[in-house]
Amino acid sequence: MASFWGLPVGSWPRRIRLNSWDLVALPLVLIVIFLFAWGGRDMNTPYQVGDPLQIDLDPLYLPYYALRTVLRMFAGLGVSLAFSLAYAALAAKSRQAEKLMIPVLDILQSVPILGFLTITVTGFIALFPGSLLGVECASIFAIFTSQAWNMTFSLYQSFRTVPGDLKEASRMFHLSGWGIFWRLEVPHAMPNLVWNMMMSVSGGWFFVVASEAITVSGQTILLPGVGSYIAQAIDQKDIAAVGWAVLTMLIVILIYDQLFFRPLLAWSSKFRAEQAPDEEMERPWFLVALQRAGVVAGARALAEALSDWASAITSRSRDARAAPSSGPVALDPRIGRSSVFLWNALLIVGASWSAWELYRFIAASLSFAEVWTVFLLATATAARVLILIALATLIWVPVGVWIGLRPRVAVVAQPIVQFMAAFPANMFFPIAVVLIVKFDLNVEIWVSPLMILGTQWYIAFNVISGALALPRDLHYVAGNLGVTNWLWWRRLILPGIFPAYITGAVTAAGGSWNASIVSEVVKWGDTTLTATGVGAYIAKATEDGDFPRIALGIAMLCLFVTVFNRLFWRRLYDVAAERLRLD
Amino acid sequence: MNNPALLSVRQVTKTYQTPDHHGRLVLDHIDFEVREGEIVAILGKSGSGKSTFLRLIAGLSDATDGSISYRGSPVNGPVRGAGMVFQSFALFPWLTVQGNVELGLEALKISKEERRRRAEEAIHLIGLDGFENAYPKELSGGMRQRVGFARALVINPDLLLLDEPFSALDVLTAETLRGDLVDLWLEQKIPTKSILLVSHNIEESVEMADRIVVFSSDPGRIRAEIPVPLPRPRDWNSQGFRDIVDQVYTLLTTRPTGEVGKRGVKGEAGIGLGFRVPPAKVQQIAALIETLTEAKFAGRADLPVLADYQNLGMDELFPLIEALQLLGLAHVASGDIELTAAGRQYAEADIVERKALFGNHLLRNVPMAAHICTVLKDRPRHRAPKSRFLPELEDRLSEEVADDVLETLIDWGRHAEIYAYDSDSETFMLEDDE
Repeated sequence: MASFWGLPVGSWPRRIRLNSWDLVALPLVLIVIFLFAWGGRDMNTPYQVGDPLQIDLDPLYLPYYALRTVLRMFAGLGVSLAFSLAYAALAAKSRQAEKLMIPVLDILQSVPILGFLTITVTGFIALFPGSLLGVECASIFAIFTSQAWNMTFSLYQSFRTVPGDLKEASRMFHLSGWGIFWRLEVPHAMPNLVWNMMMSVSGGWFFVVASEAITVSGQTILLPGVGSYIAQAIDQKDIAAVGWAVLTMLIVILIYDQLFFRPLLAWSSKFRAEQAPDEEMERPWFLVALQRAGVVAGARALAEALSDWASAITSRSRDARAAPSSGPVALDPRIGRSSVFLWNALLIVGASWSAWELYRFIAASLSFAEVWTVFLLATATAARVLILIALATLIWVPVGVWIGLRPRVAVVAQPIVQFMAAFPANMFFPIAVVLIVKFDLNVEIWVSPLMILGTQWYIAFNVISGALALPRDLHYVAGNLGVTNWLWWRRLILPGIFPAYITGAVTAAGGSWNASIVSEVVKWGDTTLTATGVGAYIAKATEDGDFPRIALGIAMLCLFVTVFNRLFWRRLYDVAAERLRLD
Repeated sequence: MNNPALLSVRQVTKTYQTPDHHGRLVLDHIDFEVREGEIVAILGKSGSGKSTFLRLIAGLSDATDGSISYRGSPVNGPVRGAGMVFQSFALFPWLTVQGNVELGLEALKISKEERRRRAEEAIHLIGLDGFENAYPKELSGGMRQRVGFARALVINPDLLLLDEPFSALDVLTAETLRGDLVDLWLEQKIPTKSILLVSHNIEESVEMADRIVVFSSDPGRIRAEIPVPLPRPRDWNSQGFRDIVDQVYTLLTTRPTGEVGKRGVKGEAGIGLGFRVPPAKVQQIAALIETLTEAKFAGRADLPVLADYQNLGMDELFPLIEALQLLGLAHVASGDIELTAAGRQYAEADIVERKALFGNHLLRNVPMAAHICTVLKDRPRHRAPKSRFLPELEDRLSEEVADDVLETLIDWGRHAEIYAYDSDSETFMLEDDE
């Protein structure tokens, strides 16, 4: 094989030959690169807080705004990915780090995402004085916080469950720690990671829309994007513009689904150890285009050759039959034990100190009565979340079971439900305001459904998959024994779909808590509808730039979410995992 | 055989730390050697630490005490020049056959062209031509393990470590693959100097090995070394082959002299609360007793014949035999199993009498079962949580084995109706209280 600067070039010409798939793949890939470069350049425009930022409601600008929104989304995804890899690897490898990192992750997961935004935006602006990049970063950070945690959890779980024999095989073949990470641990984690990335992006559209119009100490900064466009439309009571924005978002999510979600998901299935029979799916057209296109194959060959070349120059060929390689020197167990003790002590001291500081910060400017009021407000929000989950359950369990028992309907329904889950529900909020005002409805009650508008789909989706997965044999037996009506629900369907339902309900509840900040206060022009709840409290404090109140509100929300997760969902989850598994 | 030693193990001991910082002894002062030009098989029941031992030799795990040296230098990390084949194949699902085989060479920084050439050679040698671009999930078990062998052989190992490589395969496939490997070895088509095989298939070991090392369990010790001087190819039905198989069966189904209380009915000496009760299901125990009373056996059977007749592997048959011995329903001597008087009585009894007899023998012979009963009787509400007993087992056994033992005791106790167990609340209770 010919070689050029150590690069094997013999295999190029055959692979690089163009074919008809190139006509599809090449322009698409190039335009994506070009658009990203163009949108990215605009991120770093000069800006001072107080400068007016114009969002033009002319629909012609929408494609550009959509591009900026997508760019933000992918920047957030990139940061999330890097964070997840580092965090999960550390937590999975070090038992001491794990002790702190996993509970922290659990809490971070329950912090309302828009809460992060209000807290961090001033810091980011200070970081990049005179540029819009700071505000961009705050928005990207909010997206990051909506995406990173479940990706990190999934990676951590995968790292912990790498098959022992594969690890041993890697060590027998003398892969280095770095080699094992990239050749074994990351590929092993890939299917779940990709699935969670996709879920993250779906959930992320909501927050990218919500985080583009940022309020800093009374000033509203509108980052160019679909979210700001809709905020501007709300301000100017332009219902047609809202319609255009919704249409744009529909198209964006459709493109994302076709060009990104489905190809990536299909590709990641190659990392599974076994092909599950029901996963035999049709290969997405764009993945086929990419895999068949000669240019892409050429690019891959180039990348492979480069990585070979890099590893070749960093180390010479070694004799395979050297002496046994030496392992790490074991630590004296006594040193190990005392350092564990020291670490534990440090954790306890650190936690106590943080709790004290938090208490002082809040107590310095707020009275105990206020804390009690916020507690009551959070209880009101909790009641809303629980009632809505119950309502969504009453609606979606029968509907989902009906669909799930008809596989042909399910094939059509599943992608639609997935799509609905991804669509940012907050874009529909203005319509709700118009309706509430027009029919003079009770705000306390009729604002509530907004909280679950986007999250109910998780219940629907999971119930459908649960019903789909019920073994045929159980249906036959039930039919054979004449189990019908209520008995059929109680003995077959409800226990059968319970584990899947719980997964959906946990996700839906989490999402609803998050949505409370934007859905308890909704606007249309100069009309503002406010419901009683901790979400409205946080929203108001944010508008006023009142940090102690923001901190109190968010802390209370975190507390509620954590307690609910521990005492309620976790237990149901355990029951589902222990007793109602189908395997 | 006076060839130089490739691998030598001196006084190696392995202890695992239990959660409460007690040491649990897994391997106890092992002395062992593999010389150039021989195939050695290690045989032992579960709990003999044979897989742990292989991992110590491979350098995947460190010995607590003692020394292991490979070609004269101490082993303290994965050994270079040793290839390993795994029971579960351990193939990378996202790499093709070619990619899996090349992996070991890649880590050794061998150039791309040489990697490709050597992988193709190994693939050809092991009979995988045409499957280079297949992913493991597209292959049958037998073909997957061929990839496992190709991957181990491509690095031209001096020592081949085989960890029950045939036990996940069906009988025919295993036989073919085993035959192919022995042929490659005999015709010296592979540069491998020695093979170390860990197995729980007696016939397989007698067919392949020049020397069989039998481990005893809890803790793992070397019980015996049996040379296999039979000419190759070996005939499974020859008298010499059958004799060695019988000899190994006897070693594996009896306990070393000095520990044995032979009349199982009177309770075996040396059994404590933490005894590893074999994972045998009541239904299977009953079925085996019934088989033994068939006219063909009339209460007494040659173990290899019984295994063949019941189509059971060693890992399935041995727990049953151990359970029969433990409960005093049968005993084993010189490769034969014979029902005791109680065993015959059990076979003839109806279901109610069987339960009573089983319960009697369970309480008399298994201290842990008796202990559970005593505790339940002493407690006012005749109930006790699982967590009352599990730690007592975990003192002596690994967490996993302790769980298995308790599960078996639950199965046996439920059958005998001496105690009941509610899995929702994880509670034991006396049967009559329910």
